[in-house]
Amino acid sequence: MAEVRLDAVRKVYAGNVEAVKGVTFDVPDGHFCVLVGPSGCGKSTLLRMIAGLETVTAGIITIGGQVVNEIEPSERDIAMVFQNYALYPHMNVYNNLAYGLRNRRTPKDEIDQRVREAARILEIEQLLQRRPRELSGGQRQRVAMGRAIVRKPKAFLFDEPLSNLDAKLRVSMRVEIKKLQRSLGTTSIYVTHDQLEAMTLADMLVVMNAGNVEQIGLPLEVYEKPASAFVASFIGAPPMNLMKVDAAQAAAMIEGAAIGIPAGGAILGVRPEDLALSLDGSQPNGGFKLDLTVAAVERVGPETFVYGNVLDGADIIVRLPGQDAPATGARVTAVARREKLHRFTADGSRRLDG
Amino acid sequence: MVERKSIGNVIPHVILWIGIAIVAFPVYLAFIGSTHDAATIANGQMPPTPGPYFFENYYRTIFVGTSMTTREPIGTMIINSFVMAIGIAVGKISISIISAYAIVYFRFPFRMWFFWVIFVTLMLPVEVRIYPTYKVAADLNLLDTYAGLILPLIASATATLLFRQFFMTVPDELVEASRIDGAGPIRFFWDTLLPLSRTNIAALFVIMFIYGWTQYLWPLLITTRDDMQTLIIGIKKMIVTSDALTEWQVVMCTVMLAMLPPVFVVIAMQRLFVRGLIESEK
Repeated sequence: MAEVRLDAVRKVYAGNVEAVKGVTFDVPDGHFCVLVGPSGCGKSTLLRMIAGLETVTAGIITIGGQVVNEIEPSERDIAMVFQNYALYPHMNVYNNLAYGLRNRRTPKDEIDQRVREAARILEIEQLLQRRPRELSGGQRQRVAMGRAIVRKPKAFLFDEPLSNLDAKLRVSMRVEIKKLQRSLGTTSIYVTHDQLEAMTLADMLVVMNAGNVEQIGLPLEVYEKPASAFVASFIGAPPMNLMKVDAAQAAAMIEGAAIGIPAGGAILGVRPEDLALSLDGSQPNGGFKLDLTVAAVERVGPETFVYGNVLDGADIIVRLPGQDAPATGARVTAVARREKLHRFTADGSRRLDG
Repeated sequence: MVERKSIGNVIPHVILWIGIAIVAFPVYLAFIGSTHDAATIANGQMPPTPGPYFFENYYRTIFVGTSMTTREPIGTMIINSFVMAIGIAVGKISISIISAYAIVYFRFPFRMWFFWVIFVTLMLPVEVRIYPTYKVAADLNLLDTYAGLILPLIASATATLLFRQFFMTVPDELVEASRIDGAGPIRFFWDTLLPLSRTNIAALFVIMFIYGWTQYLWPLLITTRDDMQTLIIGIKKMIVTSDALTEWQVVMCTVMLAMLPPVFVVIAMQRLFVRGLIESEK
């Protein structure tokens, strides 16, 4: 139980490649922090620095009030779950769980008691004598989790732990990880590139891009008010529609009072789920409107995605409930309420409010 | 269908049996030779069936020695050969697994330089460096010692390279998990790397044991005393008897006995050896 603080943490690899460019945030005690971003954004490097597997080029990492920059991973009192589980192949499940405790010279009966307790929590008691290769992917995942919880560490670190599982198992393990973390109350930092995992697991979402933190917040806060065009396009599936506009174009799209567009233009964004189609050109909810030619329609059952082309070539996705959709080639008008519009600076780096 | 299948099975079997016969015939001949007396072999009419002198010949070979010369019985030679072969196999494996561990898992100055130096020694077997090696061994008073028989043959680029290749396939996450679990370099080596290398070690042991067992040139140079010579040298010395008849029945007994330990090693290690080839534990 501890909070994890990062203060201006940087990582520069040999050859002057800056993987992490000065990241500062605190994960309060007991919180579930998810680092999300595209591959190569530095999220795994950051996690490995917290674990002590990478050196810190600059900045300070604190776990439970103790600066850990120069401390060995084993002394940091953290546990890590790896993407490929990294179970010891020649040890049975029991020894895999017990190994870390034995290295810490924990008394034998305490090891036994802790291993059995962890096995009970994860429902792997009947697997204790098996070798990792005799286990299914989901079982290995549980053992990897067990190896983390048996240690009762200050923090759990997860490095894309679900990406080797099939889609169905991933959903159920996701729910279990969340339940487990809630009941144990251990501070957790979880790295993923899957925004669905990020949204569902996090108490605190950290969106990273190219070594920088783009936004930190509650998952829904990040969804409702993305701080930059990158976050807007990364969080949410399908991604937010973004259009580069100047004041005149914006005025043509939006009815009523003009919204503020700076001189250099801006990026206007609207989520596919906030758009509706108006077949007769009337605008039932007023505000934003955009004429489209339907280019493709995807029906996935509960909802339908309509891909439309605007005259100047931009692609717009509209998400409709149910299965009714216009035919390909039809001319339609997409409409949205004006409070559902997002505005960003022309370079996409900042959100414009008010 | 059934007939075609049985014909299809017969032909490979015939070929295999012919192959076995070609390999087994000289061994059989040696065995037959080891069960007759000297006169039967010397008159060139040795029958193709075992003779009545089996126990006598083997007893004499191991405990008495050839009669017309001053040569030792082969009992001590067997021990010498064992010490040398096991010493070389164990030594080579220990040295090379440690070198490979250093080269793969540690970053130290001139790491790649050391790697290439080890690599280059592939081109320098003992036959090439025989004079300097002998000189060094002689200066260190290693002539006629087990250390002299074993040490110069222990460095092994092949085994180092093999372990290096194997270590490089061990996932990095395993090292990292060990670090988080509080295992330092030595614990990681003992607790994880060594158990994972078990099948590789077994395979190498088989190869290196046979290599050590069949060494000829080096033991011939380094040993002068009869009580230090190895079995393979012993055979040679038994055949070349300048003023007496070669006692072929004793030679054949020695050959049979010399063949057994490698065969046992192969049989004993075969299970591990094959498992190392067919299953990966990673």
